[in-house]
Amino acid sequence: MLAFIIRRLAQSVLVMLFVALIAFVIFRYVGDPIASMVGVETRLEDQEIMRDRLGLNDPAVIQFLRFVGNAMQGEFGISYRLQQPVTELILSRLPATIELAFASAMIALVFGVVLGVFTALKPKSLLSGAVMSASLIGVSLPTFLIGIGLIYIFSVELGWLPSFGRGEVVDLGWWRTGLLTETGLKSLILPAITLSLFQLTLIMRLVRAEMLEVLRTEYIRFARARGLTQRAINFGHALKNTLVPVITITGLQLGSVIAFAIVTETVFQWPGVGSLFITSVQVVDVPVMAAYLMFIALVFVLINLVVDILYFVVDPRLRVDGGSSGK
Amino acid sequence: MSSQDMTPAPAPGTPAPVAPPRPTGRLRRMLDSDIFYSWKRSPVTVIATFTALFLILMALMAPLIAPHDPFNPASLNLMDGFTPPASASAFSDNWFLMGADNQGRDVLSTIMYGSRVSLFVGFMATLFAVVMGMGLGLAAGYNGGMIDAVIMRVADIQLSFPAILIALLIFGVARGVIPANQQESMAIWVLILAIGLSNWAQFARTVRGATMVEREKDYVAAARIMGVHPVLILLRHILPNVLGPVLVIGTIGLALAIIEEATLSFLGVGVPPTQPSLGTLIRIGQQYLFSGEWWILFFPAMTLILLALSVNLLGDWLRDALNPKLR
Repeated sequence: MLAFIIRRLAQSVLVMLFVALIAFVIFRYVGDPIASMVGVETRLEDQEIMRDRLGLNDPAVIQFLRFVGNAMQGEFGISYRLQQPVTELILSRLPATIELAFASAMIALVFGVVLGVFTALKPKSLLSGAVMSASLIGVSLPTFLIGIGLIYIFSVELGWLPSFGRGEVVDLGWWRTGLLTETGLKSLILPAITLSLFQLTLIMRLVRAEMLEVLRTEYIRFARARGLTQRAINFGHALKNTLVPVITITGLQLGSVIAFAIVTETVFQWPGVGSLFITSVQVVDVPVMAAYLMFIALVFVLINLVVDILYFVVDPRLRVDGGSSGK
Repeated sequence: MSSQDMTPAPAPGTPAPVAPPRPTGRLRRMLDSDIFYSWKRSPVTVIATFTALFLILMALMAPLIAPHDPFNPASLNLMDGFTPPASASAFSDNWFLMGADNQGRDVLSTIMYGSRVSLFVGFMATLFAVVMGMGLGLAAGYNGGMIDAVIMRVADIQLSFPAILIALLIFGVARGVIPANQQESMAIWVLILAIGLSNWAQFARTVRGATMVEREKDYVAAARIMGVHPVLILLRHILPNVLGPVLVIGTIGLALAIIEEATLSFLGVGVPPTQPSLGTLIRIGQQYLFSGEWWILFFPAMTLILLALSVNLLGDWLRDALNPKLR
């Protein structure tokens, strides 16, 4: 167990270092940091002195180590565009994205499991067929079109829900939440649905496939022979056994939800980390790009680590081969 | 597996539609094959094929069949702007089947030219991803050892991030590296590179797996004993046998690449505004959603959906048709 966790930790650190290397290369070699700091009138000698003082003439390895050191302290320099510390910028945008991601993960989980169970239990019903074909179309539709479609129906035609922004927000310390006001909650609905649809179909198909598999097994037949009620069999025995992979996938997907939020945030003008990243790509705001990369990598690695460990705890079979087969 | 698909298996009950006197090569064998049989039997696939072909032909022949030339400023009339679909402009004798956009461009013609850009980027990016992924996958699967470990680790890391995020990063970096005056002309190639690079890992992983299986087979051993150069073994013996799965994920990858391009262009970081793709058109159309000019958004969006959906369905069918377990 301990060896497994240590190995996973080592792997995570390696991944982070690899990503840090990419972030460093972007940070250091895309554009000239000095050129973006000084005006036209700074003399070349002064630029050279600045270069020296900022350590830009040191060997690349030293610079990389310094970059990693700074990154570990949450120090990513100053945004070219907004002239603010990057870490502060990201932290101020983070609550919006996290609230959006969690809301959509909840929607995806609840509806995904319910629909998945339904389509597995009644595979021949008309409704199941409709749900399955709808899910196929849902998967092949680009996220931004779904968002635009929802805006068209619920904001333009029906006028029920706001089409952009977060509504009113309440400050809870540094965490600025939109969950406590009516407009905030209303604003959350459309983006959360948009973001959740992809995960929803994924979870639904997964639950369905797993359920169909489990329902064929001996112990379900045995449960039937024992005369248990359908409900006890379906939910007490079958669904329980499908939930392990579902939780894993949902957990792993949480990271990509945060990244997919880039698109959703742009469509709904949601003031989160993703829209910060998009603008930084458009104007080549290198420090923000590098920091966002590191941030997303950290989120991914942490989630992967937690899910791996959870999986290991839940599934005894993994303990036998030492969990080296991983994911 | 796919070597068997190539042999002219006499499918039972397949009426030979065309009967040339002798088997004149590929066409004849194709019409006789199991694949063609399963294609004919799936109406959805047939429709998807024709839809995709129709859209591709429309895009290819855009300069010949487009009713207007949307990129020739001389033929544009700003007064035609916002002409509704299937009506003539109030100010000139231009008639627009799908209406005109804000600049008086014929929406149908912009769609034709736009799908051209979308398809071009999609095809080239997928080709890039296939070639790169296949090359690395073959190398990794055949050699094993360090090469394999390094390539697959990088692929693993990349696969855990969403493709769109990687494409955005590559795009941002390229923007910082390429001088400003060349950015416009390079944008499409940067986009192709970004989308291609963000999708290679899928192919590498699949090809590596298939190569590791093929490597152990007798025909490879025979070739090796005969002293055939490893590169030749890879290209002439192993490659044809791993092409089946590549074709499947390649088709689905094409749909994904088209969507990815549309998403990037929608986010405003894709193709330059002088060469609008379907995503750019949707971005433009979205601005007029609230003022009631629905056609500027609706028709490009429908085209994108049809394109992505039909290619996706083709990929799904191909996966089932090439998978002997499902027959």
